Amino acid sequence: MTLKAVYDWVDERLGLSELVAFARHKTVPIHSGSHWYYWGGLSLFFFMVQCLTGVLLLIYYRPGAEAYESVRQITFVMHFGWLIRSIHAWSASLMIFSILVHMFSVFFMKAYRKPREFGWFSGLALLGLAVTFGFSGYLLPMDELSYFATKVGLEIPASVPVIGSAVANMLRGGLDVNEFTVQRFFALHVVILPAIFLPLLGFHLWLVQRHGNAAPPSVEALPPAERKSEPFVPNFMFKDMAMWLIALNVLTLLAAVLPWSLGKPYDALAPAPLGIHPEWYFMSPFEMLKLIGAVLPGSAGEIAGLMLVNVGVVLWLLIPFYDSTRESERRGRVANYFGLLLIFVLLATTAIGYWTVR
Amino acid sequence: MTEETHLEPVAEGPCEKNTRRPFLIAAGAAGLAYVAALVYPIYRYLASPEEMEMNVAAVTKVPLKDAQKLPPGSVQMFKFGSAPAMLIHHKDGRWIAMTAVCTHLGCTVQYEPEADRIHCACHGGVYNAYTGANVSGPPPRPLKLFKVDVTDTGVDVSRA
Repeated sequence: MTLKAVYDWVDERLGLSELVAFARHKTVPIHSGSHWYYWGGLSLFFFMVQCLTGVLLLIYYRPGAEAYESVRQITFVMHFGWLIRSIHAWSASLMIFSILVHMFSVFFMKAYRKPREFGWFSGLALLGLAVTFGFSGYLLPMDELSYFATKVGLEIPASVPVIGSAVANMLRGGLDVNEFTVQRFFALHVVILPAIFLPLLGFHLWLVQRHGNAAPPSVEALPPAERKSEPFVPNFMFKDMAMWLIALNVLTLLAAVLPWSLGKPYDALAPAPLGIHPEWYFMSPFEMLKLIGAVLPGSAGEIAGLMLVNVGVVLWLLIPFYDSTRESERRGRVANYFGLLLIFVLLATTAIGYWTVR
Repeated sequence: MTEETHLEPVAEGPCEKNTRRPFLIAAGAAGLAYVAALVYPIYRYLASPEEMEMNVAAVTKVPLKDAQKLPPGSVQMFKFGSAPAMLIHHKDGRWIAMTAVCTHLGCTVQYEPEADRIHCACHGGVYNAYTGANVSGPPPRPLKLFKVDVTDTGVDVSRA
């Protein structure tokens, strides 16, 4: 049987040639901002690294009371366990970084406009899930840092009036962070979140196939004859692969040169260590709440801070409804200012946060 | 990725092929090295417990503290390396130690003092309780005996 015959046999049953025809027609626009197109793919790459290293960690990780001991074993006893754990931690950060870059590039290219609104919504949901992955995964080693990070993080839902403390107790599985917390965060991290993330990611990627890459308004305004593009297969795909290879090299270099540490086992009676601060992607909201708390002390400040962050998120989510077409230049400009303001606030609060870490 | 096709040909014909082949060989070798660099740490990581057990299994002597007090007609199970083994104090006073892993399909066998035999419950294999010889049932080989040293403080079992 020749290879051709095997292909024909499968093709007749699964319709591979339709996929091939589709791939052949897929193109990617070429313009001065084309390099921004890599960041979605990079986010996907780091997510795949997370799946692989996550499964590898799962082979030795034991949630519950033995959590710290099992992570100690992975880090110091199993061959290359330190490297796999370190890659998982670094790739988490790089994935969130890539998603943020991807999000802002989509924003300023106005790729959320009709007909790509669902791409924007699903993308933001994926970012929200990625951050929740980060938060839940951070507790799993059950060292000092994870303990306090989770403790402080859960104070945020706890400050919501009326239902807050019930929600926080439910997430914690008790009144304080303990073995039950790590057990349910584990279930969240390896079962619940992936079960939501994967289909949503599939939807997001399907939308990209359906609508193609958006070009920035200045390019879309050009007559079709002046717009340049290249085929996805093989031109853009090879460039994408090259970016993934670079990403893999950067990732392994970071993981090997700056391996993720493991602190002391958590002790509910020990004071918080000096200089403790949230992960970089939580620094900005953390600092915002702190700054508002300084202006408006007490629970009024907490609620005002939460409201402000939530209003910001909702406005950001709804931007496709405000700036929906090319027709209104004024709205397009306002959206741009909003994006720039958000970048400024995120960078400024993060900088202040790191500046004031003691 | 198709850069090499734009190279200025030094000469016509076969030379063009010569510039491409070394490139492809080098790229293939680099790719293989890359895959090996990814697969090797993962393999070692997954093989870690196996390696640890190998180290444990490499022991040649197991001291059993206070085992000299074992009454006649009884058995003490212990681990020789990573596998179960048994120390039998026979009614006639003889000390016998042997592996407790059935040579048929690896079940753990048991000493039956009433019948004075070793029996495997999985498929009914029977061994001699003094020599380890396979007497009846499916076991293809005898159980391996260990050397036994009874002292005032315990029993030392070592590889025969």
